[in-house]
Amino acid sequence: MASSAELKDFAASKNMRGVMGQYFTELCGAAGASKKVAWCTSVGPAELLRALGFLVYFPENHGAMLGANARGFSPDICSYLTSDIGSYLKGQSPLHKMNLPGPPKADVLVFNTNQCRDVKDWFSFYAREWDVPCIGVHTPRAIGEVDKVIVTSVAKQIEALVEPLEEIAGAKLDYDRLKEVIRLSRRCTESWKAVLETAANAPSPITFFDGTIQMGPAVVLRGTQEAVDYYEVLLAELRQRVADGVGAVEGEKHRIYWEGMPIWGKLKNLALQFMELRTAVVASTYCNSWVFEALDPDKPFEGMARAYSELFICRSDEPKEAYMERMIENFKIDGVLYHNAKTCPNNSNSRYDMPQRLQAKTGKPFVIIDGDLNDLRLYSEEQTRTNIEAFIEQLSQG
Amino acid sequence: MEYYCGIDIGASAAKVVIIDRAGRIIAKALGRSGIDYAKTSEQLLADACASESIDGRQIARSLSTGYGRDNVPWADAKMTEIACHGKGAYFHFKQCITVIDIGAQDSKIIHLDDAGKRKSFKMNRKCAAGTGAFIEEIAHRLSLDISQLNALAESSTKDISLGSFCTVFAATEVLEKIRAGVNVADIVRGAFNSVVKRIMEMDRVEGLLAATGGVVAHNPFLAKLLGESFGLEAHIAPDAQYAGAFGAALFAAEQEWNR
Repeated sequence: MASSAELKDFAASKNMRGVMGQYFTELCGAAGASKKVAWCTSVGPAELLRALGFLVYFPENHGAMLGANARGFSPDICSYLTSDIGSYLKGQSPLHKMNLPGPPKADVLVFNTNQCRDVKDWFSFYAREWDVPCIGVHTPRAIGEVDKVIVTSVAKQIEALVEPLEEIAGAKLDYDRLKEVIRLSRRCTESWKAVLETAANAPSPITFFDGTIQMGPAVVLRGTQEAVDYYEVLLAELRQRVADGVGAVEGEKHRIYWEGMPIWGKLKNLALQFMELRTAVVASTYCNSWVFEALDPDKPFEGMARAYSELFICRSDEPKEAYMERMIENFKIDGVLYHNAKTCPNNSNSRYDMPQRLQAKTGKPFVIIDGDLNDLRLYSEEQTRTNIEAFIEQLSQG
Repeated sequence: MEYYCGIDIGASAAKVVIIDRAGRIIAKALGRSGIDYAKTSEQLLADACASESIDGRQIARSLSTGYGRDNVPWADAKMTEIACHGKGAYFHFKQCITVIDIGAQDSKIIHLDDAGKRKSFKMNRKCAAGTGAFIEEIAHRLSLDISQLNALAESSTKDISLGSFCTVFAATEVLEKIRAGVNVADIVRGAFNSVVKRIMEMDRVEGLLAATGGVVAHNPFLAKLLGESFGLEAHIAPDAQYAGAFGAALFAAEQEWNR
């Protein structure tokens, strides 16, 4: 039974190639240029780096883990780390397909442990390799309330980065520029959030799978006008879809929340399977992780500290559950899919009884699929397909 | 007479069941799934029809399930094995049940309410632990035919532990037991208990415990151990190996009547 489903692209996506292409071209051409390059973890203090004039690179998922495994990084740890370092050791990069020389060498690597310890380990490898500084912020994890003590501590840590970063940048931080970058980042966040919220409509004009692609500018270009402009165009298109009653999934019957990481190598297969099942994955923890509402141009360090400590990933189960309860209600969710990613315990929330607790509270059933963000050796296609199909059968019972 | 057909193409065995309007099994056939599922499905359908002189045109509707459910050209519809094993088991018990299906490649725990509506389900994680494949591997290590396992396990009175999650490591444990001179029957019972433990880790049991699948059909002692571990009696569904195909036939009949 061949798939008859077809993914609907967005007109706005035409701009994506230009926006992202320009970003990568500038970055990869930085060697020998006057601008310095800072590597930044995906929810690290990007605004500060941009304000200091750095070109900011966010290492992405690469495909070759074996080299890193052989070097001594266990296949059980973050597969972003192992795939990126593996690709570096092999001299491979998806950027080669864009005729670019590959990731730019860093002048400094800046992490935030709000995601996990692995980001620091990951960047420390390159710091040793290139003999460049690796500095960052040690955000506590499993945070309940993001209180003043935590915000003050993290804000001080971010502020303490200014001096060493100024030295590497060879320039003083212009506080007006920092405010402007934060203002733009805040605007990007607001637009990105509005994009995701259009999925509260039924039928939803956008799915989680679309979101994982569309979020590119919100991740790598936040704090720039280009990102703001991109989402304004996309948002207008989504609002038009809503007005016209156009759904991303033809004949949408069921609405799912995706908890956990995307399975990057299987995005298209999964998007098509859900489409065939007339099911829209309308909301996710992952795509909402780049919504930073606490950013405040008037309180740059405090705002960044709060924004980057409020994230789902570094919170305890109580605020996580409260957040998901709101999402389940707001997005009219019928069922929750938890992706238990083998190499990403921090983004796998099915391991401490949360699905059972949330089901008891909301009455919405769940399914858990076992896989990984990057390492497809840990993924069983047939088992996953059957699990998803059986879950939708269950929802169809009414 | 109008009939309905279900076919379950599993990882190891393929099963065909033909039922009448009352849900009685009129004919059935079993074979290896092989590598050409379409061909296997046609052969087994022909075998089942021939066994009771059924004309294929008498089959009003057919439904496929199992790993090969997408590869049955003559099926009118498909459903997952989760749905079909639940349906097939519920037919016999008609009350709140937990179906434990142990197949060659995966195990499932399916919760159904009093009305037969599915409340939840779980499949085993990727590896072979807790499945028929694990038992086959252990039989191979012990140079036994799988048909010998049930009687051997039943003859043992001693519990030995095979602790590993991993089939390959468990096989290594078996080699250690052999070296230590442990009785083969005790090792087989240990392997059965290992499957039971992997299943107990998956989920809870609510209501009556109904066991389906080829593993319990051929090894009823394993179902007994399973029940004892949960503190319940395990009821092996009639024609347990055919439960998925039977459920598929029941769905086919329902769909035909609702058309």
